[in-house]
Amino acid sequence: MPETLGDLALEVRSKNAGPFWTTMELFMRDEVGYAAAADEDFLNEEVIARLYGTPAEQVRIFRIPALNVVKISFPRPVPQGGFRDRDVHSGQHHVPLALLIPPAAGARRSGDAD
Amino acid sequence: MNDNAIRILVPAGMLGGGFPPETIERGLVRGADVIAIDGGSTDSGPFYLGAATPKTTRAQVEWDLRILLKAAADARIPLIVGSCGTGGTDAGVDWIAGITEEILAAEGLALTVAAIYSEQKASALVEHLAAGAIHPLPPHGDLEATTLESCTRIVGMMGHEPIEAALRGGAQVVLAGRATDTAVAAAYPLMRDMPAGPTWHAAKIVECGGQCTTDPRAGGVLATIDSDGFTIEPLDPAASCTPASVAAHMLYETADPFRMREPAGTIDVTGATYRAVDERTVRVEGSAFDPAPQHTIKLEGARISGYETMSFTAIRDPHILANIEEWAALLRQVLGEWVTRTLYLEPDAYALDIRLYGHNAVLGEHDPATGPAREVAVMLLVHASDQATATAIATVANPLMLHLPTADMAYLPSTAFPFSPAETERGPAYEFVLNHVVDVEGPTDLFRTEYRKAVADA
Repeated sequence: MPETLGDLALEVRSKNAGPFWTTMELFMRDEVGYAAAADEDFLNEEVIARLYGTPAEQVRIFRIPALNVVKISFPRPVPQGGFRDRDVHSGQHHVPLALLIPPAAGARRSGDAD
Repeated sequence: MNDNAIRILVPAGMLGGGFPPETIERGLVRGADVIAIDGGSTDSGPFYLGAATPKTTRAQVEWDLRILLKAAADARIPLIVGSCGTGGTDAGVDWIAGITEEILAAEGLALTVAAIYSEQKASALVEHLAAGAIHPLPPHGDLEATTLESCTRIVGMMGHEPIEAALRGGAQVVLAGRATDTAVAAAYPLMRDMPAGPTWHAAKIVECGGQCTTDPRAGGVLATIDSDGFTIEPLDPAASCTPASVAAHMLYETADPFRMREPAGTIDVTGATYRAVDERTVRVEGSAFDPAPQHTIKLEGARISGYETMSFTAIRDPHILANIEEWAALLRQVLGEWVTRTLYLEPDAYALDIRLYGHNAVLGEHDPATGPAREVAVMLLVHASDQATATAIATVANPLMLHLPTADMAYLPSTAFPFSPAETERGPAYEFVLNHVVDVEGPTDLFRTEYRKAVADA
C-alpha cells in the first residue's frame, strides 16, 4: 500500500479557528515526511480547494520546517453550529487531507525550475 | 526569586473543566503572582452565547472556584476569570458572581470582587455602524443594521485594559464578561510593566492550561515573564514542556500561527525562539507586539435562525445500504410531496437535512471512502420558523423513515427506530452572525465594571 500523509505523520488534526474558520495541521514524523507534505507541487491551495469545496484564493497554507508542520486554514463552508453544520468543532475534517498519497520520494522532482 | 519577573498560574483551559488541587499548591509554592483562567469560548457553538446559558454545570464551577478563591485569599494574589458563563454574557457574569459570593460567605473570605460586563446593545452598535466604525473580518462582508437587531445577544471581546482597570480599582477577584483568551493572562503582567511581546506570547501559550505540555491532562502551567522573554513549565512534576510542545500550541485554533490580533495591536511571534532550559522547562525570547493605530473591539453575536425537530432511525438491511443515497433522495422527494399535500407548505417554508451517519454524514460529498456501510443511522433534521411546524414535518416523515423501500424492492421494509416517540424537539436553533470589529476611542468604552467591596474582616 502506498503511504498516505497520515502514515508519514505523528498526528493530523483539525479544529475551528473561531466560528468561521477551519484550521488543520500535519505534524510530520521527520524531515522526509515534512518534505512530502510541504511539496508545493503536491499540496497547494488548489488541492485543498478541491478536497474541501472551498475557494482556493481563501486557503492559507503555512509551511513550518522548524516543527515539521504544514498548517492549512480556510473559511468554513457553514458557520459553526448553524443548520447543516455536521462537525461543530471541525474535529473530523482532517481525514481527506490525511488520506492524500504523496508521490513516492524517488519520483518527486527536486530539480524543477524555480 | 527574581523580583523583576511576574509568574502567571493557569490551572486549566476552562473554569469548570476541573484540575488536580495540587496544581494550585505547586503554583503558589513556585511564587505565582496571579491566577488566571478562561471561563468560556465560542468553541461549543452559538447556543451558549445566544441563549446566555453556560456549558458547565454549577457544581463543576463551584468546585474549581472554591479552590481558586481560597488560594487567591491565602496567597494574597489576584484571581482573574474571563468569558464568564461560556458566552461572556451579562447573565454569565452574574452567574459566576453569584457562585463567588456564596463561596466567599461560606469560607469567610473577604475579597473585593469586580464584575466587568461586556454585553452590547444593538441600538448603540447601529449608531457605530452608521458612523462607519464597524468593519468586517474575513470571510465576511459589510454588516446590515438588521443583522445587529436580529441578535438575541451581542458581546464585545475586551482586551486587558478593563481587567487592568478593575485591578487598579482595588479588585482582588475580577470576573470578566467576554474577553480574549490572552487578555485574561496578560492583564496583570502588563499592569506590572512587563514587556508587551513576551507577555502576550506567554498569555497565548498558557490560555489552554496544560495543552502546551506533553500531557495535556496533567493540570496547569506556570509562565514566568521578565524583561527579556518568558519561561514556561508544567505544574505536574511528571509532565514536560518541550520547545516543540510550546511552539506547537501557537498552531492550536489559530488561523494564522504567527500573527494574532488583540484589541490593542498584533502579537507577532515570527521571530520567537524556543529553547529547552531543562527537560521540562522552555525559554521563549524574541516575541513582539505591534501596537495598532486604531483600537478595535471584536463583536460576537448569535440569533435564533428558527426551530428544529429531529427524527432518527437506523438501517441494517444490506439491500437498502447498497442503495442508500438513492433511498435518501427518494425519502427527500416523497417527504416534500407529502408535506405540500398534508401541511400545505411549499419547500421554501422549511429546510430539511438528511444525514446518513455511517455512510457520509460527517464529510458529505468530500468523504474519500467508498462501499456500503454495515449499518447507517438516518438523522432527519427539520428547520422551520416555529416549533410546531418543524415537529409536524418530522411527524409526516415518520412512516417514510419507517417503511420507505428502494425503487426496486417488492416489499415494505421496517427500519430500526431507537426511541418512541421518534421526534425530539431541539427548540430554538441559534447561529453566529457577527464577525466584525468596532473602532473605539478608549479601550474600556464598551465595558461596565461593578465592584462588590469586601466586608472588613469580622
